[in-house]
Amino acid sequence: MSGFTAPEIAWGPTVPVLVVLLAAVVGVLVEAFVPVARRRVVQLALTLAALAGALLAVAALWSDVARTGGTDVLGGSLVVDGPTLVLQATIALLALLSTLVFADRVAGGEDAFAPSAAAVPGSDYEELARRKGLRQTEVYPLLLFATGGMMLFPATTDLLTLFVALEVLSLPLYLLSGMGRRRRLLSQEASMKYFLLGAFVSALMLFGIGLLYGYAGSLRYSDIAAATATPNGLEGLLVVGALLLLAGLFFKVGAVPFHMWTPDVYQGAPTPVTGFMAACTKVAAFGALLRVVYGMLPGLAWDLDVVLWVVAVLTMVVGTVAALVQTDVKRLLAYSSVAHAGFVLTGVIALQDSGITAVLFYLLAYGAATVGAFGIVSLVREQGVGDDDGPAVLGEATRLSQWAGLGRSHPLAAVTFTLFLLSFAGIPLTAGFVGKFAVFSAAVEGGAWQLALVGVLASAAAAFFYVRIIVLMFFTESPDETVPAGPGEVTSLASAEAPDAAPAGSTPAPVLTAQAERSARATVTGGEGLTVVAVAVCALLTVVLGVAPSPVLDAIASVAVLLP
Amino acid sequence: MSNFPWLTALVVLPLLGAAALWLLPAGARARARTVALGFALAQVLLAVGAFAAFDTADAATHQLLETAPWIPALGVSWAVGVDGVGLALIGMSVVLVPLVVLAAWREQGSTDGPTDRLRHYLALVLLLEALIVLVFAARDVFLFYVVFEAMLIPVYFMIGAFGGAQRRYAAVKFLLYSLAGGLVMLVGVIALYLQGPGGSDGFLVENLVGLEMDPNVEKWLFLSFFLAFAIKAPMFPVHTWLPDAAQQAPAGTSTLLVGVLDKVGTFGMLTLCLPLFPAASRWAAPVVIVLAVVSILYGALLAIGQKDMMRLVAYTSVSHFGFIVLGIFAFTSTSIAGSSFYMVNHGLSTGALFLLVGFLAARRGSQQIADFGGLQKVVPVLAGLFLVVGLSALSLPGLSTFVSEFLVIVGTFARHPAAAIVATLGVVLAAVYVLWLYQRVFTGPVRPELADMADVGARERWVVGPLVALMLVLGFVPGPALDLVRPPAQESVAQLDVADVEPTTTTTTPAGTEGSDQ
Repeated sequence: MSGFTAPEIAWGPTVPVLVVLLAAVVGVLVEAFVPVARRRVVQLALTLAALAGALLAVAALWSDVARTGGTDVLGGSLVVDGPTLVLQATIALLALLSTLVFADRVAGGEDAFAPSAAAVPGSDYEELARRKGLRQTEVYPLLLFATGGMMLFPATTDLLTLFVALEVLSLPLYLLSGMGRRRRLLSQEASMKYFLLGAFVSALMLFGIGLLYGYAGSLRYSDIAAATATPNGLEGLLVVGALLLLAGLFFKVGAVPFHMWTPDVYQGAPTPVTGFMAACTKVAAFGALLRVVYGMLPGLAWDLDVVLWVVAVLTMVVGTVAALVQTDVKRLLAYSSVAHAGFVLTGVIALQDSGITAVLFYLLAYGAATVGAFGIVSLVREQGVGDDDGPAVLGEATRLSQWAGLGRSHPLAAVTFTLFLLSFAGIPLTAGFVGKFAVFSAAVEGGAWQLALVGVLASAAAAFFYVRIIVLMFFTESPDETVPAGPGEVTSLASAEAPDAAPAGSTPAPVLTAQAERSARATVTGGEGLTVVAVAVCALLTVVLGVAPSPVLDAIASVAVLLP
Repeated sequence: MSNFPWLTALVVLPLLGAAALWLLPAGARARARTVALGFALAQVLLAVGAFAAFDTADAATHQLLETAPWIPALGVSWAVGVDGVGLALIGMSVVLVPLVVLAAWREQGSTDGPTDRLRHYLALVLLLEALIVLVFAARDVFLFYVVFEAMLIPVYFMIGAFGGAQRRYAAVKFLLYSLAGGLVMLVGVIALYLQGPGGSDGFLVENLVGLEMDPNVEKWLFLSFFLAFAIKAPMFPVHTWLPDAAQQAPAGTSTLLVGVLDKVGTFGMLTLCLPLFPAASRWAAPVVIVLAVVSILYGALLAIGQKDMMRLVAYTSVSHFGFIVLGIFAFTSTSIAGSSFYMVNHGLSTGALFLLVGFLAARRGSQQIADFGGLQKVVPVLAGLFLVVGLSALSLPGLSTFVSEFLVIVGTFARHPAAAIVATLGVVLAAVYVLWLYQRVFTGPVRPELADMADVGARERWVVGPLVALMLVLGFVPGPALDLVRPPAQESVAQLDVADVEPTTTTTTPAGTEGSDQ
């Protein structure tokens, strides 16, 4: 018995992750000990402080890593190198912005989450919880746990740690998806679907990890990479194991054919969660994918090329084509995120150093636009029956037809949303264009120009549905403007519509779903201003990264070397 | 003043104007029109300064150069500079913008004072002007591409938000056509960079000219660029977005769209396709020439058949762009100089025609030819202006368009006599569509509902007057303008590595033999 020798742990480089995870644990204690009335403020402050702390920690580590190239931590289970830091900073930043969207409340104090997620929808207990004004504050620790897992995910160089990180990031997301305040059944269905499919894929991935271990006798990426260099007759294990592992990662990035969950989950989950999930999960999963493809399986490039190419092409095409026919803005953005996964994959496939920089930049640009776009979706609400203070604000108006004429009634929100859409579409002078340019350059440089061609054609088709929303917002009359109504009637339409309905304040939330089926006109609420701040930051990022991307690109390029 | 950044200033000034219009405090919004016009006129003065700083004797080299790193990580620089052709096109655009502003004076519901809609529209016009100047001045392929695509956004809104009944359809069609072409070009742009020396200034045009490329690669790259430019120009068979866009857009937008923006297509062929891919250009020339001749005839025939005046003018442009492309790909210094000059003249002539049709449509509330008749007696001045501008579209001697069209045909004849002869048919057809249009709208009995139509006012005279004056001046004294475009044309032919063919040799017969050795 040689006994167990504890690995030497370099605590310093793990600080960004530790800060977030520790804060999450403290957040659980806050739930237990802080009085209800003050929980929200305390949780919010704690979450923001933790994420800002993580950003600061990344900044503190930066110069060291830029000089040395990075370090192994925990005996090689984690690697803190340039790409890790870039991804961790991106995730922390996007999570910080998402937190603001999470925390925002509309007039009347409603946030996006069910007051008591455990209550059966439509039950007396739910109504009681709503009357008592309960607030769901567990969402903040859950967000922090998920963020911690995401920050760990791209740093792992060990299959077991990879799996643990995957579960740490996934489980809170399953929960969060089911916590919608409105359309609760849809939200719970989304959660269930996500959980079942996610669990299934986790099992596949675990099986793949087992096969890889059987092949190489080690869980370390570098050992597996070394083992692929010398044939040992077990290549079947290797190929099947690698494919199963990739399937798990493809599921997380939402690549075809593992994308089926995205539209349903994105639509059903509370919008702040959707934004967080769409942006941060993708960043984390692509980080891990980069490390797997570049670090573990380069010896397998020839065998995997076909798979990666097929997946990338399918992802771009299916995401784009399916998005063309959507009528719900959240589903549309979901399919667009699928298409984007395909674009990023072209950069991954390039197997070029420039590909790493390109993917990292693309993820930042895409994440900023995603958080911002879903932030705006969470602000565009159905207008309900008014009282003396003006019309009440109901659930989100996610059907595209309700967005008609938004550019006339709320130009600022519509212009900002347009900016994000243009960035998604990859129009020059937005961050999305620079990102697309970078990944397509990397693909062409890596000899995959056919892939880049498919990519640009998909982009052109994708532009159609982004433009459709712009057309709807700016060039289409809103539905009640086209109703032949006398002057003066138009503005009072909403209140005239339901004179016999109870005042909005006492309408139970689930009842409102019935009302939402009618075409209520959309309005934009300012909330408490938190979402507005987040959206403004995202818009700023989108423009600055589009017009003057040099500092960020240079910074990323200077450290974009993966340690084995 | 020799180091004054003229071109950057020409880009920044209209941007400031657009920002000023958008940020105008509520109290000052009544002055939106004056502010816009002020910026547009200041821009004209600035352009005069740029012309003064430009050394005409050396028009073939790019002058007023400015180069600064923009995104070194991707090899992109802010590089601007113009040769004679670029400068002439910038001058033409800068002259058109104040006239477009003036023409929009009472559009978008501004009967008494300017409406908010008009303010937004004018801001978009100024934004577009900045991008136009930049695209003609860009000396970096990436910068060119960025502006080429970014220009779509203001135009998209100018058509989609301010146009006619079918504006949404037209705007989306315009955008998708252009994006499809542009994105294919993007792959070409990336691949071209990788063919070149790379590095932090690898997108500069001078670093990419004269590369040794695999002939097949060069052909593919040429096609990726040419497709984008052909859609933009627009050439048969990818022209179908133009009539819709021109029909639905406000007259001023059509003026800028057809008069200026579409020139980016032919300008790109001339300044990017030819020098960057000389061998592939020679390879593709026969097909391009055939397409150009088809464009000339097809555009003219469809123009004759149109019922809507805006569509008619749009189809005449398809025909005219055919001439421009024909001249460029005939590869003689005469034809290329003619094409360059044609780009300027076409902007003036077609711009004026769109604006005049806009006047008529504003008075009648319709663009249908069938809704007009006998206007000669009611609005004699408008009729006279229309006739002059219309005659310029059919290249009447004495007007500037004649000079350029003549040069194109003569230059082409020297190398491809058959193409030149067929193209000449386009001139005949032009006479049909212009004169028949004039006949149906202005002659005949006065229709009772049109009897009290007002003739052009002072503002409208100021809109069209300068254009007519310019056409006459350039028609009788084309020398200075030709001095600007001839040296770059000779330079282009030299870069193409083909023997220039002088039109004087056409009386003997070597033209045919030299043409056949391609």
